Amino acid sequence: MKKQIIYTLFFALSGLTAFAQETMHPSPAQSKTIVITGGTIHVGNGTIIENGTLVLEKGKIKTVSATPVTISGDAERIDATGKQVYPGLIAPNSSLGLVEFASTKSTIDIEELGEMNPNIRSIVAYNTDSKIINTVRSNGVLLAQITPQGGMIPGSSSVVQLDAWNWQDAAYAMDNGIHFKMPALINRPAAFQRRGANADPVAAGLARLEEARSFFKEAKAYLNEKTHTSTNLKFEATRGLFDGSKPFFVHCDLVKEMLAAINFAKEFNFKLVLVGATDSWMIADILKENKVSVILGEIHSLPATEDDAVDQPYKTPGMLQKAGVLFSMGFEGGDGNWRQRDLPFHAGTMSAYGMTKEEALSAITLNAAKILGIADRTGSIETGKDANVIITTGDVLDMRSSVLTHAFIQGRALNLDNKHSQLFERYKYKYNVK
Amino acid sequence: MKKFQPFWLGALFLLVSTSLFSQVTFPINDVASPSNGYYAFTNATIVKDAKTTLSKATLVIKNGKIESVGAVAVPKDAVVIDCGGKYIYPSFIDIYSDYGMSAVSPGGGNFRSPSQMISNTKGPYSWNQAIKSEVSHAKLFEVNESKAKELRKLGFGTVLTHQMDGISRGTGVFVSLAKQRENLVVLKEKASAHYSFNKGSSTQDYPGSLMGSIALLRQNFLDAAWYKSKPAKEGTNLSLASFNEIQSLPQIFEVSDKWSALRADKIGDEFGVQYIIKASGNEYQRIDEMKATNAKFILPLDFPQAMDLEDPTDARFVNVADMKHWELAPTNPATFEKAGLSFAITANGLKDVSSFMPNLRKAIQYGLSEQKALEALTSTPATILGVSDMVGSLDAGKLANFVITNGPVFADKTVLIENWVQGEAYPIAKEQWNSLAGKYDLTLGANKATLSISGEPGGYKVQILAKDTTSVDFSQKESLINLSFSSKADKGKRTRLTGTFADASFTGTGQLANGDWISWKATASAAADTVAKKAGKKEDKLELGSVIYPFAGYGTPKPAAAETILIKNATVWTNEKAGILKGSDVLVKNGKIAAIGKGLKDPSARVIDGTGKHVTAGIIDEHSHIAGTGGINECSQSVTAEVRIQDVIDPDDIDIYRQLSGGVTSSHILHGSCNTIGGQTQLLKLRWGANAEGMKFANWDPFIKFALGENVKRSWNTSNPRFPDTRMGVEQVLMDAFTRARDYEKQGPGKRIDLELETLVEILNHKRFITCHSYVQSEINAMMKVADHFGFTVNTFTHILEGYKVADIMAKHGANASTFSDWWSYKIEVTDAIPQNAYLMQKTGVNVAINSDDAEMARRLNQEAAKSVKYAGMSEEEALKMVTLNPAKMLHVADRVGSIKEGKDADIVVWSDNPLSIYAKSEQTIVDGAVVFDRAADLVRQAELKAEKQRLVQKMIGAKKGGASTRPATPSYKAENECEDDHHHGNSIWDRISNRWANTEN
Repeated sequence: MKKQIIYTLFFALSGLTAFAQETMHPSPAQSKTIVITGGTIHVGNGTIIENGTLVLEKGKIKTVSATPVTISGDAERIDATGKQVYPGLIAPNSSLGLVEFASTKSTIDIEELGEMNPNIRSIVAYNTDSKIINTVRSNGVLLAQITPQGGMIPGSSSVVQLDAWNWQDAAYAMDNGIHFKMPALINRPAAFQRRGANADPVAAGLARLEEARSFFKEAKAYLNEKTHTSTNLKFEATRGLFDGSKPFFVHCDLVKEMLAAINFAKEFNFKLVLVGATDSWMIADILKENKVSVILGEIHSLPATEDDAVDQPYKTPGMLQKAGVLFSMGFEGGDGNWRQRDLPFHAGTMSAYGMTKEEALSAITLNAAKILGIADRTGSIETGKDANVIITTGDVLDMRSSVLTHAFIQGRALNLDNKHSQLFERYKYKYNVK
Repeated sequence: MKKFQPFWLGALFLLVSTSLFSQVTFPINDVASPSNGYYAFTNATIVKDAKTTLSKATLVIKNGKIESVGAVAVPKDAVVIDCGGKYIYPSFIDIYSDYGMSAVSPGGGNFRSPSQMISNTKGPYSWNQAIKSEVSHAKLFEVNESKAKELRKLGFGTVLTHQMDGISRGTGVFVSLAKQRENLVVLKEKASAHYSFNKGSSTQDYPGSLMGSIALLRQNFLDAAWYKSKPAKEGTNLSLASFNEIQSLPQIFEVSDKWSALRADKIGDEFGVQYIIKASGNEYQRIDEMKATNAKFILPLDFPQAMDLEDPTDARFVNVADMKHWELAPTNPATFEKAGLSFAITANGLKDVSSFMPNLRKAIQYGLSEQKALEALTSTPATILGVSDMVGSLDAGKLANFVITNGPVFADKTVLIENWVQGEAYPIAKEQWNSLAGKYDLTLGANKATLSISGEPGGYKVQILAKDTTSVDFSQKESLINLSFSSKADKGKRTRLTGTFADASFTGTGQLANGDWISWKATASAAADTVAKKAGKKEDKLELGSVIYPFAGYGTPKPAAAETILIKNATVWTNEKAGILKGSDVLVKNGKIAAIGKGLKDPSARVIDGTGKHVTAGIIDEHSHIAGTGGINECSQSVTAEVRIQDVIDPDDIDIYRQLSGGVTSSHILHGSCNTIGGQTQLLKLRWGANAEGMKFANWDPFIKFALGENVKRSWNTSNPRFPDTRMGVEQVLMDAFTRARDYEKQGPGKRIDLELETLVEILNHKRFITCHSYVQSEINAMMKVADHFGFTVNTFTHILEGYKVADIMAKHGANASTFSDWWSYKIEVTDAIPQNAYLMQKTGVNVAINSDDAEMARRLNQEAAKSVKYAGMSEEEALKMVTLNPAKMLHVADRVGSIKEGKDADIVVWSDNPLSIYAKSEQTIVDGAVVFDRAADLVRQAELKAEKQRLVQKMIGAKKGGASTRPATPSYKAENECEDDHHHGNSIWDRISNRWANTEN
């Protein structure tokens, strides 16, 4: 059965399988209206529409309906009976296109030198031709927030869509937020104690935080000036934080660090998003009260301490959900670039350990869009939003069943092929495997 | 003068001491003044040894030795010292000291620094810088009076000392703590031989891991035995010669952990040596195992300092195991006593040696008997070291090493007054000889009053009693005293007096508040008022947590035992011909699967309702690095077949429990991949709570880890100094190793037994099997060609991400494949890795497993297997086999595990859902019929852990409030072992935090 599905998939896309990775190309703009019928539509906001109809037109969602819709004329019709229809998945805090091989320096463009780099922009290094991208989108991830990592202020991230000729085309929300790496506020374990290290790392961390405060105070003063005798690019780059147009993404893990971040954001009236936020489950109520949203790290990770529940990282999202905290998840560092194709399965684990499947889906669709400031355009299957949609044979959150048959970005049908399926074909041929 | 006033003894000895100790070969720059140091200590309570106490007894010493002890006549020509009210004990012996040795700086070097392949030590010595058997520490010894004084103050008279550096360290020297020339202080030049697992100051790469240290020591035993045959090829090797010579001495092995105590003992068992173990302090956590060693122990008293846990978020990062150790460490000596083990006590390891007696008292408070404590400081160390003829008790003929105290030596308020070493007195608290307490008639010029002194020496309460009571500041330096006070009339100005004390009276002079000089005296008139002793704060009853197995957060006082279990009405994935059985029962009995089928009954069984549940064989992880300690990579050489993971299993690793929570019942623990021929592997059954031996999978075919490609050619290093640097060189490393092994095997009797080559010969003879880390097709092919050439099969290619490209050749060769489900693009050599790899290899006839190489992912191997369903359309049944039956086959244990079949080991998982689903959780994980993980019981354990941790936090805060010194809360941390030292796959919280610390330190 399964094999058949796979086979059908390739057959359905046979016009595309002729492409090798190097000849695959982004799809042209949507020309025809697309009508998807019969599928179970998961809106992304918790609602499910059984046997729904979805009409995509000129790159937008024109209609979502529980009842049949008549579309006349030259439309492409997709029978999604027995299939699941979802909003395109969104990967926040991503290294996609900045890191190709994490072990090989020349393929890494993610950490710039220096400490205060709000002027650094990830978008200009985003490589649309990374071989990883196609393997990620063929699992349903259609948008990613490309995020720099070096220094205390690594720079600005941008949201990209994963079907583009170059980064200008890819940009979906340019420079959508400034990132800040909170100095660590915890003592060193014995194994990390070394000569020359600060005797009191917490005090040292607070001192660093003070430097950041000064930086933003000066930036604020600078931005209040009407004209400048000398231009400061770093200060200029922070404007969006002060005018509220860009969130302040603070990368941190521990309670004290998160509390410090909340105070910091309050002082400057920044819109705060915590990234990583390992111990956010301990202060979920405080986060809720302060309207702080969270981009968790990988759900599939080991507990922070030996004594934590063995499944604490699996349970954390459920605890945030229960407390009413707006959250999503992302992959930071390590092998985050290629692992992002597992995004839906991390959400599956969220569901297994404490929330409904629709809530888990929201975490990587609508809620991610809200956190990244793009919910007006995407994140759910709602009229007027971009036609960012995926169709799967089964539950997208479960690897048992999450096989994509279609994906659309702004109404453009994606070629779901990738380097892996191509090598698969090549060796199926060699071994005569059907 | 009838007898000496003890006050003046010190001064006297400065004069006579040179003559008592004059050394005949040394010239005298004076007039000779010979003395035989003849003394009689009378009226003392003499504790001859821990079992014999004599009251009103006399100790006579002469020429630095004890002449007689007991109810003996006082020789006329002896100096008599009245010890009425005093106690005399043998001076203590510390047989684990570095007294008189210069400090050693730790060696540098990790595998990233330039290679140093052989020793830097010049001369005809060992190839390895950490083997220093030839070092006679007597030659390094220098008297160090300031250190000696510190130790004498604690009551020590002799120590066994050596420079604590290296793996085979050479011979220790037994010395006294007298302030004399080295010639006279050295009592036994070669008293012991010393060992450890720590290479210390060695700058050589090898060994770079604990398992390397063990291998080095084992090889050294073999080399030394072989050296006895005077092999011409070896020439002269003084390290080996000395190693042989010093075997007859007491062999002392220092370890840093309870498990290492067992490791040392195991080496001793292999080579017929019973080591004396210098313990680490946590041995109480495994006292049965300690007892089984039959070793004698040297126990430290460096109990952990309390932490400041007032900040709850800091306390959260201190593991309950660390807190429990803080609480229970003082029970270590008592636990040894209860178990009937022989042990000495050492001051070694104390950051501040003055904490020795308080810590010893604490150990006594925690159950150590005073008698045993005294034995552990006197007769036991003397016996262990074989120096009972010299020290250890107060018997005629032994050294005049003894301490004089004002009470029972371990009692709270007892003070050591003098420590005599080799017949010479070293004052410690001389004012304690006589109490000044009493009432005195005070004459101060024309005024008369009563001077009242009460309390204990060092803490007197002094008052002048006249119309008013005036409190007096009092200070004393031996017989010199000072008084200072201010009477009402003085209006705050003070009268200051100086004087001496002798024969129960004071005489002196002073200045009144107005500046006039005045003489004064005070003569004894009456006994002191007895100070009503405050009802001593009642010692809190000791409330201690229990020792748990393993000693980690989710350990329990009693590890799970095998049960009779009946799982009813479940979906059973048999992995056998029967396939997936719906509504089936599984009966577990005596650790085995007893029956499978519908309607099974066993009244004695614990019933698990399997309705809606799935039952599978336990997951077997072919490639894991959990539960290893001291490094799982021996990177220093390209061939390290002699190192063994079995030597470094850490049963306390929380990852064992975490794996169980994901249904893993067996993990194959591999050496890392930083060299071509790595170390021997160990298959474990995850029997949480067992010791290392208890976790080993019984009767399995031994395996070894090989590796190819980027890691072994060290691609991250721009100037790799270690051969090989290319895949061409890797192949030659293999060819060379097996060629040497084949030649070695042909050598006749009398050859040097080489642990590395012995291991390779096992491979050639199909007695040991390879699991080979590999990625790209060229190297996979090359490895198989090498194996073909030497007539063996590569049992398993592990990782094998390009296996799909050569699957037909692998199938023909007979290799198994253990791969990642979908890892790729983390380095150049995995650029062609695809998630359909497992499927393609399987379709081509290769037995395929999915492995983790990652403590986190291992908990989801069932779901990793499911990715082959998603990416390649593999059947679910075949997918599950990739993490159960298939790895069992490739590890040669499919006769016992890997499927649900009658008679097989009851290694079983009960899942909440289809085991391939992302929603599936292990509800019970059963190993050999014991429920080692139970999701419901886990909630109870979490609650218990929380309560225990809270109790300990409160106790530590109480200790802080009670005045205990504390250190900042130090987060507990254990590194996750990584296969590849150059590249971290994980992104743990500590990876991120340390990145943000670096941020702080720029």
